[in-house]
Amino acid sequence: MENNKEIKGKERYKSGVLKYAQMGYWNGEYEPKPTDIIALFRITPQEGVDPIEAAAAVAGESSTATWTVVWTDRLTACDSYRAKAYRVDPVPGNPGQYFVYVAYDYILFEEGSIANLTASIIGNVFGFKPLKAARLEDMYFPPAYVKTFKGPPTGIVVERERLDKFGRPLLGATTKPKLGLSGKNYGRVVYEGLKGGLDFMKDDENINSQPFMHWRDRFLYCMEAVNKASAVTGEVKGHYLNVTAGTMEEMYRRAQFAKELGSVIIMIDLVIGYTAIQSMAEWARQNDMVLHLHRAGHGTYTRQKNHGISFRVIAKWMRLAGVDHIHAGTAVGKLEGDPKTVQGFYNVCREAVTHKDLERGIFFDQDWCDIRKVMPVASGGIHAGQMHQLLDLFGDDVVLQFGGGTIGHPMGIQAGATANRVALEAMVLARNEGRDIATEGPEILRAAAKWCKPLEAALDTWGNITFNYASTDTSDFVPTPAVAAE
Amino acid sequence: MRITQGCFSFLPDLTDEQIRAQVEYCLRNDWAIGIEYSDDPHPRNTYWEMWGNPMFDLKDAAGVMMELDACRKANPDVYIKLIAFDSTRGFETVRTAFLVQRPKVEPRFAMTRTDVRGRSMNYTLSTVQP
Repeated sequence: MENNKEIKGKERYKSGVLKYAQMGYWNGEYEPKPTDIIALFRITPQEGVDPIEAAAAVAGESSTATWTVVWTDRLTACDSYRAKAYRVDPVPGNPGQYFVYVAYDYILFEEGSIANLTASIIGNVFGFKPLKAARLEDMYFPPAYVKTFKGPPTGIVVERERLDKFGRPLLGATTKPKLGLSGKNYGRVVYEGLKGGLDFMKDDENINSQPFMHWRDRFLYCMEAVNKASAVTGEVKGHYLNVTAGTMEEMYRRAQFAKELGSVIIMIDLVIGYTAIQSMAEWARQNDMVLHLHRAGHGTYTRQKNHGISFRVIAKWMRLAGVDHIHAGTAVGKLEGDPKTVQGFYNVCREAVTHKDLERGIFFDQDWCDIRKVMPVASGGIHAGQMHQLLDLFGDDVVLQFGGGTIGHPMGIQAGATANRVALEAMVLARNEGRDIATEGPEILRAAAKWCKPLEAALDTWGNITFNYASTDTSDFVPTPAVAAE
Repeated sequence: MRITQGCFSFLPDLTDEQIRAQVEYCLRNDWAIGIEYSDDPHPRNTYWEMWGNPMFDLKDAAGVMMELDACRKANPDVYIKLIAFDSTRGFETVRTAFLVQRPKVEPRFAMTRTDVRGRSMNYTLSTVQP
């Protein structure tokens, strides 16, 4: 396409409007440098808009371009500041949508700042008129850029060492009802869950400091519950104390109090913003604290495939920003999540190198350069009867959180917790013995339920509950039948 | 009280056959197995006594079980746990750990509350031997 060719020299800088491709934001022959940052967008151009010009526009608007030619470009080494769209592929099975690869020179980004990165990559382009919709599908970060971030303050390995818990997923539950309990009643739920066998209890995302329970009351009663549960079990226990507040000053104050009370973990919500998250990561690093991130709000932009940001990108940003736990989906629970896509999120969190895996939505090999691993959290509508599926899908390094599945147990909260812990340990034991838990799982659970009444009651109550709805966020790359049959 | 540390404490105590199956799982993963024992299961008592170094070169579950028997004979009334060490870069830590012996009567933990400023509390846990 001749009119997509970059115009150079004097003609390029005549006042007026050129196509983005002509301004140099498209180069189909460009080979990304090893130090380039790469963003993969899914775009839906308006009718009649050439996908290559649309791709160039995305590259332009996320780097140096404005809508018209400016002569001041000529004062700079402008070619190196221009992001370059270099590849446009039609999305399989989705006419009108294109995958666009854009490369950015690393001079464009401040070191160690998710805010700066995102101001460029998602700053302007998503509202751009020539596009009907745009989605940031995946990103690649070169080692030179990864190394400007400190990453998780604790990470999976050190968290396990601090908790002295190895070889199995961790178990948690969110205190319910999430709003309305007084501090004293709230702490009761925490104690029962922990004594019954959970490792963690959790504040919900919207528990901060409301009239029914001010934050100091919650912290004091929860830590009484945590310590007492530790004394009656001999295990390290924790409660994610949510320190989310309206200002950084208040969050620091709450985090400091959690530390003084001896909590091993604090919690923040994604809605506090990227810079606040990085600040809390820094604080956690200075104070030996595990930092739990609840992804509150992500569904507003991660769920629809044609517009927004894939959660795998959020997970990558959060691993760089430095959180220790992140809610990453359950696949089998009540919230959105195609199993393979969710496994892709887990791999981003946990692997030393994430390998390209289109079926799981991973488009790039990503070396994490030894920054620590984030513990994914599976939470939302899961129960003991799904233990084999959860362990089979996610392996050991995950926190499985059964809120309703613990607190709603017919024999009480402790029994609910015990049912989950027994189901988990029985399943890990069986898996390690070489049994095929994906198929034998229900039988393994029933065998344990013969000697464990709480598990029997859990299976009788929830054993048949499933959430079988079609996922919206799925991979566009399905394996061929030959591969699938293997 | 029955302490619930380790991977399988909510299950009935493992039989030797079950322990051996877990050992084989660890060896299949190329993890080195260590045996540690203690009479103090305080949750912050990190360093139990080692029954020798982790068995880096032992690839046979029967050998591990012989060492475990020897440790049990020498220490019949304390806690013993098996620990699997993974030297893979990025892990370099314990990958599983579980109790394989408990004392006949287990200790309990006393929790001491110390009032500090305001309504804050300092908590201290100490092991109370039977």
